[in-house]
Amino acid sequence: MRKTFMASAVLAAALTLPAQAADYKVGLLLPYSGVYASLGNDITAGFNLAVEHFGKDLGDDSLTLVQEDTEVKPPVGLAKARKLVLQDKVDAISGIVSSGVLAALRDFVHQTETPLIVANAGNDQMTGERCSPYIIRVSFSNGQVNRPMGPWLVEKGVKKIYTLAPDYAAGHQMIEAFSKSFTEAGGEIVDGQFTPFRKTKDFGPYLTAAAASGADGIFVFYAGGEAIGFVKQYGEFGINEKMPLYGSGWLTSPLYVAAEGKAADGVITSLNYSPSIENPENERFQKDYMATHDRPASEYAVQGYDAGRLVIEAIKASGGDKDAFKKNLSKVKFSGPRGPLEIDPATNNIVQNIYIYETKVAEDGSTSQEILDVVEAVRDAPNGCQMN
Amino acid sequence: MLTDPGYLFVQFLNGLQFSMLLFLLSVGLSVTFGLMNFVNLAHGALYACGAFIGYSIAMATGSFWAAFLLAPLAVCVIGAVLYGVLIRQVRSAGPLTQVLLTFGLIFIFLDAFRVIWGDLALGVSAPTLLATNIHIFGQTYPLYRLFLICLGLAVYLILWLFLERTNIGAMVRASVDNAEMASCLGVNVERLFFAVFCTGCLLAGLAGVVAAPIVSVYPGMDLEILIPTLIVVVIGGLGSLKGAIVGSLLIGMLQTFGQVLIPQLAGSLSYILLGATLILRPEGLFPARAH
Repeated sequence: MRKTFMASAVLAAALTLPAQAADYKVGLLLPYSGVYASLGNDITAGFNLAVEHFGKDLGDDSLTLVQEDTEVKPPVGLAKARKLVLQDKVDAISGIVSSGVLAALRDFVHQTETPLIVANAGNDQMTGERCSPYIIRVSFSNGQVNRPMGPWLVEKGVKKIYTLAPDYAAGHQMIEAFSKSFTEAGGEIVDGQFTPFRKTKDFGPYLTAAAASGADGIFVFYAGGEAIGFVKQYGEFGINEKMPLYGSGWLTSPLYVAAEGKAADGVITSLNYSPSIENPENERFQKDYMATHDRPASEYAVQGYDAGRLVIEAIKASGGDKDAFKKNLSKVKFSGPRGPLEIDPATNNIVQNIYIYETKVAEDGSTSQEILDVVEAVRDAPNGCQMN
Repeated sequence: MLTDPGYLFVQFLNGLQFSMLLFLLSVGLSVTFGLMNFVNLAHGALYACGAFIGYSIAMATGSFWAAFLLAPLAVCVIGAVLYGVLIRQVRSAGPLTQVLLTFGLIFIFLDAFRVIWGDLALGVSAPTLLATNIHIFGQTYPLYRLFLICLGLAVYLILWLFLERTNIGAMVRASVDNAEMASCLGVNVERLFFAVFCTGCLLAGLAGVVAAPIVSVYPGMDLEILIPTLIVVVIGGLGSLKGAIVGSLLIGMLQTFGQVLIPQLAGSLSYILLGATLILRPEGLFPARAH
């Protein structure tokens, strides 16, 4: 009798204990080698800057980061995720550049109930039919970035479009989202093609076909080295003088636009971030990033920055309770360099502004981006997402 | 679109330009292959070397033409060193050792490019003189690509004159045809092979530096071009200039028009042609050696 009493007293005391200090461990799972290493490094730099900006007043709590390299290979990514969860016992994972790696991790993080804060990979399904309460995306979905351009172009009098994108899942999702919203708004997709992914470096034949198609403009999704090659060749063939080029914003990313040169002048794209967004958060972010890295922060860095801030805000709201931390991750909302953002409870995908902007190249070769329009709080439809 | 002669002509030029790039790469590979049965899979890595070194020279001097002249020579020197240090040792070691060794070299080069030049694709500008367009049949075409076509044809002509009209050319042809017999007749086949190998490297470097303004420079560019080049060598037949040019034209045109006319099959068209050639003419279309 006495024993039972003591036991329940101890138990009761344990349950009513005031908030305890907790040590949070977050794994950064990103490519640090391979073709996307530069993206991994940018996201990490952004994440670290967030820790510097917002992590100072964590009180008794602490935050440690563990970095692991996915090598952009799905099996490697999965093995490293296992290591982070089972051996390092992290409380959350953040990162993931490639949609392929994200797909490989999906079931593992869902089953082990490890929150995964996606800082790049845009695979629509991961916040659609394959969504999970443990997958929270602070970057973008492929559809979200491209959808606003459809009605916008029709409104500007562009009625016929030729599309081009690399032939892999993301390329198809980007073009599908754009084509759907463009045709629904009254536009017409004249024709289009998917170019062999990572095999096409010479876009000459495709550009020649696009120029002969009779469309009012070309809409494309290309990123990285392919974006540089594509835009340069678009200029070389003189198509920039006859046919405007539109696309997803990675086409004229600040990382690549210098290499694209004069041909990038006048290209209009849409994305969730542009360094020229004017708000105090972005000013501070760009200034401090520039101070350490000597170049403007990219759209990848801002995704790492917001992922880091999300984790820190969730820690602050949880009072040392790790279960509350998991739940709070998707409740955080704040205004960052990208403007206001929050997580959609229906899909765990981010709700954010999409910026439509024009790249300008001055005579001396310096580049800038002029924001033409902001489509506010773009939210994805659930697309078959059922949380649980 | 397909009835528009201007459109077809521009696509034809696109195909020709790709063919000439393939030719610059395949001719060196084909002749070394035919001469000594040596499989140099690192040939593509030397092409990438040409592009990277060309980029650095162009950046340092501000002149594409400096890169155009110096990068192939630099690649030639790298090839000569590779030959002296490694390749000579495995010359008679059999194809498996050669393939593994030169395949290993690909990865060593790949990491070296990453360490030295980083992961981002690097842009090289075409020379100012050629960075303009010309108008043909109401279509615009980049002058730089026309220059590439002319360069390929010029190299073909020079190699043809050299191989057909000079003594050394005759020795090369004789050695490709029958190395033992040529050796008996007093040809120093070993030295000849070294010279041909270095020329092959020079051409690979040239291909790299002239491709740079079109495709941009990035680690992994060598692997992308290696497979089409090997296909050209197999289709054209080992060791012959004619095989290299015909194979290049076939693959270049097939890929270009395939991409536009039947995009669904574009990836596999060259392999289909490769299979057909192997069934009908296993030695390739114009093999140098009669068996």
